Amino acid sequence: MAITDAPKIVTSRFQYDDSHTLARYEATGGYQALRKALGMSPTAVVEEVKAASLLGRGGAGFPAGVKWGFCPPGVWPRYLVVNGDESEPGTYKDRMLMERDPHQIIEGVLIASYAVGCSQAFLYVRGEMALAQERIAAALNEAYDAGYVGRNILGSEFSLDIVLHWGAGAYIVGEETALIESLEGHRGMPRLKPPYFPAAKGLYLQPTIVNNIETLSNIPWIVANGAEAFAALGAETSKGTRLFAVSGHVANPGVFEVEYGVTTFRDLIYAPVYAGGIRGGRKLKAFIPGGASSPWFFEEHLDLPLEKVTVDRAGSMLGSGAIVVMDETTDMVRACHRVVRFFASESCGKCTPCREGTTWLERILKRILDGQGRMSDLDLLLDVADNISPGIAWPPKQTTICPLGPSAVSPIASAIRRFRHEFEAHIARNPNAALEASDGGASTAARPAAVETAVSLGGHHG
Amino acid sequence: MADPRSGVGAEQVAGGVPVTINGKELLAREGELLIEAAQRHGIYIPRFCYHPRMEPVGMCRMCLVEVDTGRGFALQPSCMLTCTPGMVVDTESEVTRKAQDGVLEFLLINHPLDCPVCDKGGECPLQDQTVAYGPGESRFVEEKRHYEKPIPISDLVLLDRERCILCDRCTRFADTVAGDPLIHFIHRGSNTEVNTFPDHPFASYFSGNTVQICPVGALTSVDYRFRARPWDLEETESTCQSCAVGCRMAVQSSRNQVLRYVGLDLDDVNWGWLCDKGRYGFQALNHEDRLGTPLVRSADELVPSRWNEAYKRAVEAIRAALESHGPAGVAVLGGSRLSNESAYAWAKLAKGVIGTDNVDAQLGDGLPAELILGLPLATIDETCTPGGTVILFAPDLKEELPVLFLRLRHAVLRDRVTVIDCHPHANSFTTLAAVSLHGRPGEQAELAKVLTGALGADREVAGVAPDRLARARALVEAAQGPVTVVLGRQTLGESGSAIADAASVLLAGLPGVRFLSALRRANVHGALEMGLAPGVLPGRVGLDEGRSWFASHWPGVPEVRGLDARGVLEEAAAGRIGALILLGADPLADFPDRKLAEQALAGAGCVIAVDQFLTGSSQLADVVFPAAGFAEVDGTTTNLEGRVLPLGQRVTPPGTAQPDWVIAAELARRMGADLGIESVRDVQDEIRRVAPARTDRAVELAEAAGGEAHAELEVGAEAQAELGTGAEVSGDADMPQAVTPTPPPLIEHRPGPIADPPPVDSYSLRLVVTRKLYDAGVIVSHSASLSSLAPGTVLRVNGYDFDRLGVVEGSVVQVKSPRGRIDVEIRIDNGIPRGTAAIVVNQPGVPVTELIDASERITDVRIERGDA
Amino acid sequence: MARLTPENEALAREIIARYPRPRSALIPLLHLAQEQDGYLATDAMEHVAELVGCSPAQVLGTASFYEMFKLEPVGRYVVNICTDIACMLLGADELLHHAEEQLGIRAGQTTADGAITLEGVTCIAACTEAPCLQVNYRYRYRVTPEAFDQLCEDLRAGRAGDIPPHGTLARVRQHIPAERAAGPADPSSGVQPAWMAERPSGEAV
Ligand SMILES: Cc1cc2nc3c(=O)[nH]c(=O)nc-3n(C[C@H](O)[C@H](O)[C@H](O)COP(=O)(O)O)c2cc1C
Ligand code: SF4
Ligand code: FES
Repeated sequence: MAITDAPKIVTSRFQYDDSHTLARYEATGGYQALRKALGMSPTAVVEEVKAASLLGRGGAGFPAGVKWGFCPPGVWPRYLVVNGDESEPGTYKDRMLMERDPHQIIEGVLIASYAVGCSQAFLYVRGEMALAQERIAAALNEAYDAGYVGRNILGSEFSLDIVLHWGAGAYIVGEETALIESLEGHRGMPRLKPPYFPAAKGLYLQPTIVNNIETLSNIPWIVANGAEAFAALGAETSKGTRLFAVSGHVANPGVFEVEYGVTTFRDLIYAPVYAGGIRGGRKLKAFIPGGASSPWFFEEHLDLPLEKVTVDRAGSMLGSGAIVVMDETTDMVRACHRVVRFFASESCGKCTPCREGTTWLERILKRILDGQGRMSDLDLLLDVADNISPGIAWPPKQTTICPLGPSAVSPIASAIRRFRHEFEAHIARNPNAALEASDGGASTAARPAAVETAVSLGGHHG
Repeated sequence: MADPRSGVGAEQVAGGVPVTINGKELLAREGELLIEAAQRHGIYIPRFCYHPRMEPVGMCRMCLVEVDTGRGFALQPSCMLTCTPGMVVDTESEVTRKAQDGVLEFLLINHPLDCPVCDKGGECPLQDQTVAYGPGESRFVEEKRHYEKPIPISDLVLLDRERCILCDRCTRFADTVAGDPLIHFIHRGSNTEVNTFPDHPFASYFSGNTVQICPVGALTSVDYRFRARPWDLEETESTCQSCAVGCRMAVQSSRNQVLRYVGLDLDDVNWGWLCDKGRYGFQALNHEDRLGTPLVRSADELVPSRWNEAYKRAVEAIRAALESHGPAGVAVLGGSRLSNESAYAWAKLAKGVIGTDNVDAQLGDGLPAELILGLPLATIDETCTPGGTVILFAPDLKEELPVLFLRLRHAVLRDRVTVIDCHPHANSFTTLAAVSLHGRPGEQAELAKVLTGALGADREVAGVAPDRLARARALVEAAQGPVTVVLGRQTLGESGSAIADAASVLLAGLPGVRFLSALRRANVHGALEMGLAPGVLPGRVGLDEGRSWFASHWPGVPEVRGLDARGVLEEAAAGRIGALILLGADPLADFPDRKLAEQALAGAGCVIAVDQFLTGSSQLADVVFPAAGFAEVDGTTTNLEGRVLPLGQRVTPPGTAQPDWVIAAELARRMGADLGIESVRDVQDEIRRVAPARTDRAVELAEAAGGEAHAELEVGAEAQAELGTGAEVSGDADMPQAVTPTPPPLIEHRPGPIADPPPVDSYSLRLVVTRKLYDAGVIVSHSASLSSLAPGTVLRVNGYDFDRLGVVEGSVVQVKSPRGRIDVEIRIDNGIPRGTAAIVVNQPGVPVTELIDASERITDVRIERGDA
Repeated sequence: MARLTPENEALAREIIARYPRPRSALIPLLHLAQEQDGYLATDAMEHVAELVGCSPAQVLGTASFYEMFKLEPVGRYVVNICTDIACMLLGADELLHHAEEQLGIRAGQTTADGAITLEGVTCIAACTEAPCLQVNYRYRYRVTPEAFDQLCEDLRAGRAGDIPPHGTLARVRQHIPAERAAGPADPSSGVQPAWMAERPSGEAV
């Protein structure tokens, strides 16, 4: 147990109502890091961020400084794309940063672009986040007027336009290559890596750094306070602080900035200063530790620290910092279906196994929930899952281009392995379940699907 | 298959990339995709989205195989993976199998089980895969996806979205190959479908290719639906005869009726693509209007007759003409739709037996034969050499030589080829060109002078602004790779001399420049090479240079140089042609000067037509011989590169129609001469003997073609053999060394004096007369699904000129030239330079050739309000 | 129902000018069209195609990929109730059910008066505030059935002042002053930025 009094790095201004304004930002040390960075060489800034060991906060947890060093030398121009598409179920932190401290992001973008040598930056905000777009637009307008953004920033040689760009509703666009496709005006369908690693062939096939909102929000603090101060916080392989959203059946759901790598799941879920325990004093049944893509954790995982390597080894991930807590009253088949439904409805459709497989999984689960399941469905679910993610292992193998398809496998594997009896109970409700060996159940089982709508989100039955 | 042309293949193998596939050590080529390398070594990896002529997208996931590049085995799409040294691949492992079976099952869960009624049944990769490896019983008990059954996405193509497996082949083709992104993925995930934008149909000249490359039966041709099952079809390899590109195709028939053409992949030429006119033009072959019996004129009517009677009438007419006017009283026009062998037979009859040189395969709508035969030539591949420069003194390639357009478009977009577009107005290459010089018709030679540097780029030339001229000149000067001129007739409003002069300027001024002909008629190049033009003899030989050589092979050789089409028609109009023979020629429709054509047909003593249809001109003939058409004769054809390609017979001609060479041989026999031809092979042997030099290049090209043809379909071995016999120099061919030791030299074009540009009349607009792919021609108008596609024409002028005319946009105006007058609707089009007016010829309802005087170099017109 | 108005076209051109390639402005321009008409009209998509230089089918291909773009007219207010995992755990399905009953429509439909379109949606990033919803992309947190009824009443009575009509997102637009603009970075320029230039390119990273 470690509830530490680590400083607030990215949420330090949240206490102010006007935290999103330039006045407040400047009054609280804003844009000082930029001035400091401009006095350093770009290489020195990159080295500073490397030394801080700042892991990406978008999900994959790749060290930002290392990524910044990946652009092939001599290939110009380079671009920076900020990933503000936050859409992974359970995840709520980037929106908060965009709405409440947009200048901190802008300063992070400026420093990153200066360090890497990016000639233009695009700030891609999720389409549905109207207030975040508004706050960032306003902040950018202020920052341009104040000379922080644009031509010859603060009188230096450094020039950069930051263009606010916004999406239109598609989770997959959060995947960095899909994000780039979308920014080029296309359908957000991921590109194959290799060869399309953004740092080498990204936006317009030029070297491109893609970073998450929270990742970049850390940059001003690191430059202002030094890598050492940052690296002094957290565990060996997870430095600094991190935002976690705790939602679901907890007494006090919320977004918390905690010291990375030392605080445990138990702290976060049960401590009164954080989520305050399971609502109504009920028992924990399971929790999603790192966004809907991550395999579920249970009681026995509560004392694991929120630390990347430890959690990876335990068979899941911290992902996007989203913890969804399910108490003992939860119908795990329904929960499983709900997560699978998300991936089915968000598949971009490019890869056959993801497009067809996730939809198939969703429909089988829906059928089970509707009392039309068959005992053979459980093996079928696992085999279909295996054809999307061979071996159903962690980290997942994939027959697909990106990890979205395999993400739908996590809840299936978790739920069936752990709560098989709940599936069987649903299946037992099927009057024809006995006939399943032949295809006798087919006529009743095959409910007319909504024509041309494979996945219905509106229903309230599942 | 190693590349036979350059030995590059051998080198690559020697220094190839070592990989291990299924335990065997193999050598992949540098940069080769795993899926290709495996296939080259006999290991077929299943695939749906991958197509060798398009960028891989790796989305169907069928080609997943286990690959170890040093970090352990992982599933990788072999269509996206470039071979690297030491790569270890297992295409048969348990994991690979399971992944592929899984993908197949996923593709099938929403795919309808309607194979028995699907056009693709029997030739469907999805069906084949399923039969070979597929799951037995379906585990999918949910309802399949439903869409409205086939919806038309264009006049030619239907789409069944339920069958679609979303492989992105059609959409990728439309966007990246054809440049017509009119079909697209719509919606997302499992709701994704291919569709068009409302009211923007897939109106692409290349739409039929999507039907061919669709790996399932989602896209079908309107005209093929339910017509046949693949196992009922017989096929023969042949070469498309819709234009001069020479796309390789398979002709498929059932019960002696041609039902479908399928593009074959010839590396040097068409890469598997066909245009829709070529693909769907087969309907004309089966048309009920095809001539199957000879016709002779009796009183005012053409009546069916016996062959004997028709031959008698024809021979009498020719004899009478010889008696009253000498050999020059007989003239032969046309021959561009003939096979090489038939063209040779007719040349021998006309020039060797009758003794006339009044022979022209072109109808005043091409370029001088000696120019085309005498220029240093480039192949399509040479023209498309990466980094090269191409100067287009050509018609709109998309409209006239569609698949050449695709090749050149690819060269620009993928292979850094720089194009300088010198068409008189905006056209389908304008957006692809590095610079466009839309010069005044008749002044192309002046533009050519700027390109060679003979004329300064500091002031306006041919109406083109100096900055553009300077840019074009700079591009030519900076050219690193080869410079190729694509040369063809751009507008019928001017005579061919303007382009001929431009060619002369470029030949003289750009060292090493080469030319690719853009003459459009299917076998015009073969016909010219076989001597169907004034002043030339078979094998690219001049009449005078070849006289003594041919005198030893033929009964005779014309004494004097003859006339081209225009000269022949003028003589006929003046009553000095006793017998005018039309070899599939329709001067009333195709000669640029309709008045002259009318007068000629009226003034000729006797008109003898050899044709497949009764056209406007053959209707006026005295004798009509029914000719066998495409797919009804064996032989060879010569494409615009000079490449000799096979023509295969698949069906028998209608009625008693005969191959053109048979008709020539019989006419000769009845005139007391023996052409010495009993079979196509006889002709081929004789061509080889009398034109040895000509065959050298043809053989080179044909071998390259045969060697690289990797057809998507199994091609008939016979057709392959035919190609071989058509072009090989066989060891025992008896060369006539005893008679004349040295065959005559090949024609070389020698630039003559360049004419001054014609004067500009500021009260007139200069007329540009172009063509559209779909027109009122024989193929289109006799093909049910194409005939409605001829777009018609309006007169298009620049907004600046329009404002001066004081007419209403969309109104019908009078267009007057010194020659004639037509009424036509007028429209503003700022792609037309100031001072010119553009119109399309051979469209229904607008007799554009009324305006053209064939004896003038250019056509200037004045425009008046329609009510005047 | 229409092409972009002259004012919107001018705005569209300003947006296009920020990007190295016009096609990149496609999604922002579609939002502009949706802001104008409340949904994506066919002629608006054609107009946008012209502005960014692609085919209408390509515009539709992109537009239909993203669920915010409505290809058919919708109500003045689009109410999106999140039914994803975190909200589901705290009663989102019951809330949606209540909404359907209350409005007399099913999810995906629009009320007869054209006021409200109801949708069940995937996660909208307010998981700690479940169950939540958006009205024209403005949040309402921890929504009870009573709060939902009140919201509908307010919407119909025009009392939801913070909520613009459907199609309008941010009410503040980014504006890059000409004298401050660094300008778009042309991907084919090969230009190394000035502040990197003094140093050998290899050393920079
Ligand atoms: C399906 C999928 C969805 C993703 N969604 C997001 C997202 O919403 N926001 C985000 O920052 N990263 C997301 N990512 C991760 C990005 O691809 C990328 O790794 C990240 O933006 C890099 O930023 P970072 O290194 O700063 O974390 C997603 C990845 C996948 C595969
Ligand atoms: S895995 Fe799914 S979401 Fe990812 S690229 Fe493939 S189809 Fe698209
Ligand atoms: S053929 Fe490789 S993914 Fe389709």
